[in-house]
Amino acid sequence: MFVHLTREEEDALDEKHGQALSIAYKILLSIGKATNAERLIPVDWVHLSGVNYNTIGDAGVKFLTKNSEEMRFLVPTTINPMGYDSHKQNNLSNNFKRQQMEIVKAYEKMGSVPSFSCIPYELFQLPDRGHNVSFAESNAAVMANSVFGLHTNKESSLSALASAVTGKAPYSDLRIRSIRDPKIKIKIETELNTELDYGILGYFSGKSIKESCVSFGPEISNIDIYKTKSLAAALGTSGVCGMFSNKEINGNNVSFGKEEEKSVMDELNTTESGDVIALGSPQLGTHELELLSNMVDGKKFSKKCMIFCPRSLYEKASNSGIAQRLENAGGSLICDACTCLSPLLTHEEYDGVITNSVKAAHYLNKSSGVSVCLTDLRSIIRKYTR
Amino acid sequence: MSYSLRCKVIVGGKATGSILVTKQPINFLSSVDHLTGMITDKNHELCGEFVKDHVLVFPYAVGSSVGAYSIFALKSNGVSPSGIICTSRTDITTASGCAIANIPLLELCGDQDIPEIQNYNEAIVDGISGILQIKKV
Repeated sequence: MFVHLTREEEDALDEKHGQALSIAYKILLSIGKATNAERLIPVDWVHLSGVNYNTIGDAGVKFLTKNSEEMRFLVPTTINPMGYDSHKQNNLSNNFKRQQMEIVKAYEKMGSVPSFSCIPYELFQLPDRGHNVSFAESNAAVMANSVFGLHTNKESSLSALASAVTGKAPYSDLRIRSIRDPKIKIKIETELNTELDYGILGYFSGKSIKESCVSFGPEISNIDIYKTKSLAAALGTSGVCGMFSNKEINGNNVSFGKEEEKSVMDELNTTESGDVIALGSPQLGTHELELLSNMVDGKKFSKKCMIFCPRSLYEKASNSGIAQRLENAGGSLICDACTCLSPLLTHEEYDGVITNSVKAAHYLNKSSGVSVCLTDLRSIIRKYTR
Repeated sequence: MSYSLRCKVIVGGKATGSILVTKQPINFLSSVDHLTGMITDKNHELCGEFVKDHVLVFPYAVGSSVGAYSIFALKSNGVSPSGIICTSRTDITTASGCAIANIPLLELCGDQDIPEIQNYNEAIVDGISGILQIKKV
């Protein structure tokens, strides 16, 4: 039950190399103990959460500002979305913008790549399969483990920060090969068609199991990136599970049928309609932007529509004409932010948000107090474009 | 009536407080108000309860990883639990949150008889020896 530290790591923990490094090791040690790690191992890439002022609040700003004086990132470190798109007009409070910029400055000072994206796996070259990374954004962690063969636990904003500063992570849980073999299977007993169906499956699964890895069987082997992201994001939101697999297993089964589907919808679908459409949690990638632009080509949204994507993909979409097609349809492309916990979507401003994202529905309902009309993308386009 | 339970120490330190116990996981980001420490998720059995100065006993935390800063925020705002006990497996969000907030955090060892904790109301958390003492007063 002891985490074996090297002499150098012990020294760092004992503040021999400064207080900030000691805090980083304290974080890693507490996690190492919690997860029965025997030692720390190197990681190649860190992706941080805890960038949006709405999520980390004043306490986070205080912690980061103070520690950014001393903390420096040892490995390439990308960061999650912040609260809003600073290139666009908004009516956010000056306090929000000021505090948000303090966070951005602190991360910049520590040496992060200003990615402001929750889909780093679509923006940067990935390390080879089998390499260790530290991803704190839960959808990115599930995608890294399940799709890209990278090894990461579902890190917390702090564990990832500590890994960025030390270049290390506790060797535990999903970093150990045997744990990456699923011991439990969700038996799919209903037809899954849309990205929303996959999101509902993910949300139910995360809620129902305590294991770190789950199998959905071979049925989910050939699903497209939109469905995969929807599944991964919802799975990462509702529980502790950080990986899915299509390996067939004998043994523990949990059924997922019509009734289970309905229980998730009953929980998250809290209004019949809404006054704004929000697409992108996780942020949309090139494939989804193109899909969406084809669906709305020549049409107009009948409601306000926010489309969240990374800035670098927005620029790509502008060069290829995809962005213009979306904007011509009345869509507003928002960069550096995401539906989840964005101050752009509040209950003061909106009675209900229409989205196809189960992850967004969870946070809108439970954190932002905004009602959600949870509908798949095709139905959204059918109902709300002319 | 008092009972001593062996625990694994995740974050050291000592704490006392009245027990606030649940068998449901907690989502620190979306279900606990950072300013008041009140549990706000209507689907949670502790909805409406305040975590302040309690020894909070729950299986593990769920939800977004930024929940770690939520624990730090609760502490900074003076409304945090005095100690935390995970009864199942300690998750990394709770561990790292407690590490920077300096909240003693223990995990109950599974290889012992554990009484129904809701029958007790006071707890002494010893994050040095790894003993959780629960009392009915």
